[in-house]
Amino acid sequence: MQVEKFYYDNRIVKNFAYATILWGAVGMLVGLYIALQLVFPALNITQYFSFGRLRPLHTNAVIFAFVGNGIFMGVYYSLQRLCKARMFSDKLSNIHFWGWQLIIVAAAVTLPLGLTQGAEYAELIWPIDLAITIIWVVFGWNMFGTIIKRREKHLYVAIWFYIATFVTVAVLHIVRSGQLPTSFLHSYSWYSGVQDALVQWWYGHNAVAFFLTTPYLGLMYYFMPKAANRPVYSYRLSIIHFWSLIFLYIWAGPHHLLYTALPNWAQSLGIVFSFMLIFPSWGGMINGLLTLRGAWDRVRDDVILKFMVVAVTAYGMATFEGPMLSLKSVSAISHYTDWVVAHVHVGALGWNGMLTFGVIYWLIPRIFKTNLYSKKLAANHFWLATLGILFWAIPMYWAGIQQSLMWKQFTEAGQLKYTFLETVTYMKPFYAMRSLGGTMYLTGVLIMFYNIYKTVKSGKLVADEEAEAAPMVKEYVKHSGEHWHRVIERKPIQFMILALVVILIGGIIELVPTFMIKSNVPTISSVKPYTPLELQGRDIYVREGCYVCHSQMIRPFRSETERYGEYSKAGEFIYDKPFQWGSKRTGPDLAREGTGNLKKSDGWHFRHFREPSSMSEGSIMPTYPFLIEQNIDTASTAAKINAMRSLGVPYEKGYEKIANQELMTQANGIRINLKMEGIEVPANREVVALISYMQRLGKDISNNKTATFNK
Amino acid sequence: MSALFVLIGISILVAGGFLAAFLWSVNKGQFDDDYTPSIRMLFDDELKKTTTSTIPKTINQTK
Repeated sequence: MQVEKFYYDNRIVKNFAYATILWGAVGMLVGLYIALQLVFPALNITQYFSFGRLRPLHTNAVIFAFVGNGIFMGVYYSLQRLCKARMFSDKLSNIHFWGWQLIIVAAAVTLPLGLTQGAEYAELIWPIDLAITIIWVVFGWNMFGTIIKRREKHLYVAIWFYIATFVTVAVLHIVRSGQLPTSFLHSYSWYSGVQDALVQWWYGHNAVAFFLTTPYLGLMYYFMPKAANRPVYSYRLSIIHFWSLIFLYIWAGPHHLLYTALPNWAQSLGIVFSFMLIFPSWGGMINGLLTLRGAWDRVRDDVILKFMVVAVTAYGMATFEGPMLSLKSVSAISHYTDWVVAHVHVGALGWNGMLTFGVIYWLIPRIFKTNLYSKKLAANHFWLATLGILFWAIPMYWAGIQQSLMWKQFTEAGQLKYTFLETVTYMKPFYAMRSLGGTMYLTGVLIMFYNIYKTVKSGKLVADEEAEAAPMVKEYVKHSGEHWHRVIERKPIQFMILALVVILIGGIIELVPTFMIKSNVPTISSVKPYTPLELQGRDIYVREGCYVCHSQMIRPFRSETERYGEYSKAGEFIYDKPFQWGSKRTGPDLAREGTGNLKKSDGWHFRHFREPSSMSEGSIMPTYPFLIEQNIDTASTAAKINAMRSLGVPYEKGYEKIANQELMTQANGIRINLKMEGIEVPANREVVALISYMQRLGKDISNNKTATFNK
Repeated sequence: MSALFVLIGISILVAGGFLAAFLWSVNKGQFDDDYTPSIRMLFDDELKKTTTSTIPKTINQTK
């Protein structure tokens, strides 16, 4: 058979590699900055750089810009070689590259401006969501085009992971992006309250699974054998690993909502599948580590293998910890604390970061036909990064457990021992130590930047790398006793459909009953839609990213009901779009902020927003003086009321016409209250709307002391 | 709560299905040739004479 000559496209790999390094440094720099904000709240300069707006920028930058570009770098390099074919279309490759970078830039501009959907890792506004969909399709088109015109019949295990990644992320993104725009820059979630929470964490956890894990497992299965120059420990294990992992992962989301108002059955389901996940996860880790069997001596000298070993070890630790955190008794302690933050950073810094660095150090010298500029610098990077992770994670584990135990501590008289604020100020030294770890890690990245720059200077990019392969035999002779799996390996489209079916089973079974079965969300008759002023106030709450530090979900523990009041019920959230339960209590829970012994005067809130530490000595909350200067966007009220009504909120017909009138009436009431407390502020200021929302929180259920639930 | 039992049932069925397929394939010796691909990927990109970017792209694609 005639051998065909063709050329691998290395330029696109180089582009994605540069983008990975650049956005990695940016994302981590933002991370370091917000870490320091918790130590020095004065760093919250202007509204654009306040913690609530920058934290989503950090998470989005690291997940979608750093790891995202890292995925594409690895996929574009390995897919071409595994398929023995150039990428399907250079044009699509370039659209994919530049489109993705544009999306990142758009995110970096909109998030500090406060344009957000208010759902973690899905903050980006709907026009950007749409752009992501288009670019993702371009990526898939290019990938499947390459797979279809491949010269190697067998689809190597890495490609399966890429396919599952593409399909699942597409499904996740579309479901989570369900929203109704009220303007070009704003929208409301289709889902509300409990449903929104379930969709959010089904999405959120699977973003971890199918954006941070499966594509990187694909990279592990390609680059680790390459770097070690030996085959993966067990190809059979990789088959089992793949199928069991994608099937189990899709169910795990509800473990983010243990002890919340999510129906119990959904919580149990999430726990069971999260726990089972330890088996495929560790199967993958073992497969990766044992690839080095008999070659462990090389890890001593080869810095690339060092990076990869730490990456896979971090993966193993994070995927052991994950199932443990999913147990109710552990979640009772860990949820809302820095423990979870430590957990995700072992995954992000350890697994994703270290594997990315290993791949970059391996791949850049190859496509530039040169040697790495300095192995010593790379080794320095390795040690800085490894120690940086430890310095980062250990204080946060300590802080998380410590704070949780302080929250739950009672005096002998049966009262809460610590105020919330006392537990926050106790955290400051840990936050400072964490910043040190982050600085070390970031310094490592900057060393890599220099090392790669020097390497690139010393070589020349082989933009089109020559390769040879025989064309694929069209007629496949099925030999007897062939494994069924081999058949689908040759059929990428069918394979994609099969993978889609497998992940949809999990998604549908979890989501559909929650929507369909009414009894899952018992309604409470005293829960009423928000007034126009409260709605505007709530949107400001979302815009400022208050949910990144404040929960609105009181779990049924005595330590929580004593501190915050009656535990949260599913029926309380039916008008919440998006839900704002939060996942972290850097500040206290706000679900009952307007009621009981938590209720404060309008003037207290005003002063607190202007200068939190003036009301709570030692508070690390950012200041919000701009809320006193800026006017409520009353032009949007009608559109917002209309959108909410379309989504099932029972505002009367024509209410949008009188909504602003009602808004001003309520705002004037607050203005008068403030005046009585000696504060002069016009009624149309944003702070007034936010105060009205604060005072509304928890009020509905306190109006309903007998709490009759309509099932 | 009935949804919980339906869900557990379906979960066990699906998981059981996977287990059955796995046991069947092992018993049938279907995984016998699951070694070659892991070796093959190691030898895929070592072409001796290297080229530069001056190669016209038009010949990149073979029919």
